[in-house]
Amino acid sequence: MSDSDQASARNNGQSKADLDRAFERLYRDHLRDVYSYSYYRVGNHHDAEDVTEQAFLQAYRHFERAQRESNGRPLRPWLIRIAHNLASNYHRDRARRPQRVLDEGEPIAALHGTERIVEGREELKNVMDHLQHLPDDRRDALIMRFALGMDNREIARSLGRSDGATKVLIHRAIKQLEEEISANGG
Amino acid sequence: MAAEPSRDVESLLRSALRPIEPPEKLSGRVEETLSAVTEAAAEELSAWAEELSESELRSLRDPRNWLRPAAAITAGGIAAGGLVLVELRRRKRPSRLSGLADQVSEIAGQVRDQVRKSRD
Repeated sequence: MSDSDQASARNNGQSKADLDRAFERLYRDHLRDVYSYSYYRVGNHHDAEDVTEQAFLQAYRHFERAQRESNGRPLRPWLIRIAHNLASNYHRDRARRPQRVLDEGEPIAALHGTERIVEGREELKNVMDHLQHLPDDRRDALIMRFALGMDNREIARSLGRSDGATKVLIHRAIKQLEEEISANGG
Repeated sequence: MAAEPSRDVESLLRSALRPIEPPEKLSGRVEETLSAVTEAAAEELSAWAEELSESELRSLRDPRNWLRPAAAITAGGIAAGGLVLVELRRRKRPSRLSGLADQVSEIAGQVRDQVRKSRD
């Protein structure tokens, strides 16, 4: 019997109650991670809540399979990847939406959120402003590293890249930030 | 006074990108949604209820078997009031959750399959 068959057999023996308990743990352990990531991606609490809720719904939908295929590895990268995809969809949908609809809703609060987070500290506001203008993959990797404390391997799994490519990605992201902050007078 | 250019970017990022605590009401909201999923699953199950024991059905219908313990820890004891807020919020913002019914139905089907599988 192959490894995957054995995993499948084990999983078939797992009761729904076991799965539910495992999902509860996942939810309890990573609600803050998913929310933090969502918040830094969409820039306001209102939409971060929506993304977080949708992420856990999707996670629940595919939880059994994810558990089966994880081979015991932590599921946080998988969960963050779901939030990552949802946040990308959110930005894509916003870009397509007519302007008048945007005006009717809550203002895009990325800057307001940033201002709250940094509590008026110009230096941190400056780094956040530059962060928002990095290429998407570099920005997302830095959010995962610094807001969620993920290591290279976890980030690699979340972004669907190799460990080596992720290490380079983060190195280049930090270097770009340093250069741009320096170029703008620190 | 200008910011010190020498401060290293990594420590700036560490300070700027602090983890954000989710609002208490979010735990109630997620709990409510997942409870709705289990309710829908229980309704689907009622179609073949004769195949299930009473205790299995009772267990599926009881949302306390779901995320309540986790929500109690993270929300610090938010109660029914939180769920009312969630419902009000949903009614105020139907467009954002327009796909929820479809998702609940889809997930309910999967819950049913899981139950079937675990009984086999």
